[in-house]
Amino acid sequence: MNIEMIDSKIPEGPLKDKWTSHKSKINLVNPANKRLIDVIMVGTGLAGSSAAASLAEMGYNVKAFCFQDSPRRAHSIAAQGGINAAKNYQNDGDSVYRLFYDTIKGGDYRSREANVHRLAEVSTSIIDQCVAQGVPFAREYGGLLDNRSFGGVQVSRTFYAKGQTGQQLLLGAYSALSRQISKGKVEMCTRHEMMDVVMVDGKCRGIIARNLVTGELERHAAHAVVLASGGYGNVFFLSTNAMGSNVSASWKAHKKGAFMANPSFTQIHPTCIPVSGEHQSKLTLMSESLRNDGRIWVPAKKDDAEGIRNGSIKASEIAEDDRDYYLERRYPAFGNLVPRDVASRAAKERCDAGFGVNETGEAVFLDYASAFERYGKTEASIRGLKSPSAAEIIVLGKQVVKAKYGNLFDMYKQIAADDPYETPMKIYPAVHYTMGGLWVDYNLMTSVPGLYATGEANFSDHGANRLGASALMQGLADGYFVLPYTIGDYLSNDIRTGEISPDSPEFELAEKEVKERIDALMNNNGTRTVDDFHRRLGRIMWNKCGMSRNAEDLKSAIEEIRVLRQEFWADVRVPGAIDEFNPELDKAMRVSDFLELGELMCIDALDREESCGGHFREEHQTPEGEALRHDEEFAFVSAWEFTGDPKESRLHREDLAFENIEVKQRSYK
Amino acid sequence: MDLTLNIWRQKGPDDKGHIEKYPVSGVSPDMSFLEMMDMLNDRIIREGGDPVAFDHDCREGICGMCSMFINGQAHGPNRGVTTCQLHMRSFKDGDDITIEPWRAAAFPVVKDLTVNRSAFDRIIQSGGYVSVNTSGETLDANAIPVPKPQADEAFSAATCIGCGACVASCKNASAMLFVSAKVSQFALLPQGQPERALRVKRMVEQMDEEGFGNCTNTGACSVECPKGIDLTNIARMNRDFLKSSVDS
Ligand code: SF4
Ligand code: FES
Repeated sequence: MNIEMIDSKIPEGPLKDKWTSHKSKINLVNPANKRLIDVIMVGTGLAGSSAAASLAEMGYNVKAFCFQDSPRRAHSIAAQGGINAAKNYQNDGDSVYRLFYDTIKGGDYRSREANVHRLAEVSTSIIDQCVAQGVPFAREYGGLLDNRSFGGVQVSRTFYAKGQTGQQLLLGAYSALSRQISKGKVEMCTRHEMMDVVMVDGKCRGIIARNLVTGELERHAAHAVVLASGGYGNVFFLSTNAMGSNVSASWKAHKKGAFMANPSFTQIHPTCIPVSGEHQSKLTLMSESLRNDGRIWVPAKKDDAEGIRNGSIKASEIAEDDRDYYLERRYPAFGNLVPRDVASRAAKERCDAGFGVNETGEAVFLDYASAFERYGKTEASIRGLKSPSAAEIIVLGKQVVKAKYGNLFDMYKQIAADDPYETPMKIYPAVHYTMGGLWVDYNLMTSVPGLYATGEANFSDHGANRLGASALMQGLADGYFVLPYTIGDYLSNDIRTGEISPDSPEFELAEKEVKERIDALMNNNGTRTVDDFHRRLGRIMWNKCGMSRNAEDLKSAIEEIRVLRQEFWADVRVPGAIDEFNPELDKAMRVSDFLELGELMCIDALDREESCGGHFREEHQTPEGEALRHDEEFAFVSAWEFTGDPKESRLHREDLAFENIEVKQRSYK
Repeated sequence: MDLTLNIWRQKGPDDKGHIEKYPVSGVSPDMSFLEMMDMLNDRIIREGGDPVAFDHDCREGICGMCSMFINGQAHGPNRGVTTCQLHMRSFKDGDDITIEPWRAAAFPVVKDLTVNRSAFDRIIQSGGYVSVNTSGETLDANAIPVPKPQADEAFSAATCIGCGACVASCKNASAMLFVSAKVSQFALLPQGQPERALRVKRMVEQMDEEGFGNCTNTGACSVECPKGIDLTNIARMNRDFLKSSVDS
């Protein structure tokens, strides 16, 4: 195969100076000229709201789009655990370099050094900014900010707001956005979905959007378009993503020339509430912060596991010696705090071996008993209680845990109908995040001039596995502190362009193509619902391109997806009309794109003959069953170009150079 | 379980709307309420009908998008949960369940159970923020300590998800609980002080302009609020509003 190399435009100079010197050399647009420039923002989660607000403050005219009824509802809102920043407030030896190092290592050496270092550098400003906006982070009694630790690291650098950190950060960005809307600097289009990007003379100059209330197609022109449209975990049907989360904006961009990078890199989060039945529409995450204090185990004896499954024995009846705390056993150094990919695979390994603890055999215990005791003792001594009884200690401990994780425990109880204060929770891995996404250069521009991607929609910072509490960090870093500067480099060439007209033949053609696609779906009059196809696609993806993958399965998955896609276009039934509020039509459009993306994900997973992070190829593992990378052959980013059919996608590669970090086989033992 | 659903159907804002009866069977107690609705819609689509439109997204009680008025209660019979967190085990075999949209002049129906809550966005735009640019060149985050009790109270107010259940539950369709939650979050933090008076004034004015009703202290809003936003927030807002009117 003839593989073309791509240039990521990483600035020259030592790693730690790259960002600062790049910022000082970058072309700027002066304030008067910014008024002449329009930018479109697709998506209003952390990355989108923050960037829209920042660009508007700088003086650009911004138009922002979201499919929800308000920008405040984007799925960033559901992030629970926290946001990382190298503040070193806890004085435990944290630094920008350590955050950089942890992120590269956590990503299993498949991310770009320069981007990750920049992320670590700006992380501290995020916290300052959010506090200034009135984000109510958790505080200690002294009034200063509190921190907790997260998987894959040995310092305490995660800032949080109970289990609702994403909500509070998003509401912060939403308030900054609202301020700009009130000033007339951002025009907000809610209940709108991007249908396509429009290219004029080789540059991205706007989008076709659909008003989801009236069904009307609209043309919106701009000098640049930013996609902050999130990840594509919903290709698996069941995931922790919101129901509306989709790949369509990214996929449409891909089909117009933007490369998709490492599409198979999916994060399967270890602590989710297990599937309860066929009716299941989505999965719910239990914050990783719970692994801080909870211990994960399964019965050591098969008989006990069997007994738990059929209800003849209870977890509490299993003696300490008959429990297998498998993470602590396999990874003594990190224990329950190993990175997500490692924890997920270990759970699957135990369940596949027959030690699972719910009816389907696909669940492990997350147990708080020892945390109740530990916190209870500390609390008793803080309160000066002399020789408290064991029961008193547990009561005190539960109070402490309630203060820290109360909302998560409540959520569990609500869904699982089981009280986690009394019996250990049952958890199982679920699709949560996609590290892959649109390929972007150092300036966050895709391979299409004038088209940018930020936040989860791009691929750049997390390599093959994202560390906990880093998604919020990246979304806000891109939105507040990176894109608003780097986009100027491109836009500085556009100050004399004048307004872009939405009446050009290019817009007309793009709109026509969208209309034809919608008509085809509506007039199909098939027999099966959109969900039916989506569920079947999800099953293929989960079984064959999920936590562990092999060549044979991936090859058959590709064929199955192609057949399913044909069937979809022949037999899907979309009710209602085009010119009305029609959520089924919205869904059908999204699923039609997932049906193409799924194939590319399998192609990418098949091509990468190694295991790294969340991408585990059964053919490539160490004797202990750990992921085995092949650095000589695969230390690169796979960037796929669309050429008309996912099967014919052309591979480009960006070689990853590690100059500031020693590349090692990852070990958390 | 077998159930009878009485669902509000309304084609659009100008349609009068009516209740339609749908028997459903084979509902599992482990299903969420919205999964039960999915099941119904699946059947309606297969039968060639028009599925029931309803808002939802996160399905984990945080985005604030779901909004059903179930048997006369916003988000249904349970306390402290949203519609998406309600499970069918809260109902009995043979139950009759009536499902309606939020009803308020300021929340016009889009279709069926979907309403337009953009009035809430406009209230936030009128002043629900701290005016600070996003340059990152602010004070160090630890430069201003905030006593923990105060920070915790601000956090509690900030957990409002903007769902509108408070409005739907109020016989006057008042938005006081929602507005006071945002006002309180900032009133409790040092960062919110400089604009405190102006903020409350503007937000209350916008609230009135949107056509929300007056507060007559029935407290229904707080009872039905899935996040348990406290009535003390309304009292705080009233004090601040009074003060801002006296001062200006
Ligand atoms: S105050 Fe409560 S009921 Fe009202 S919008 Fe906020 S969360 Fe919903
Ligand atoms: S769907 Fe998000 S709160 Fe119910």
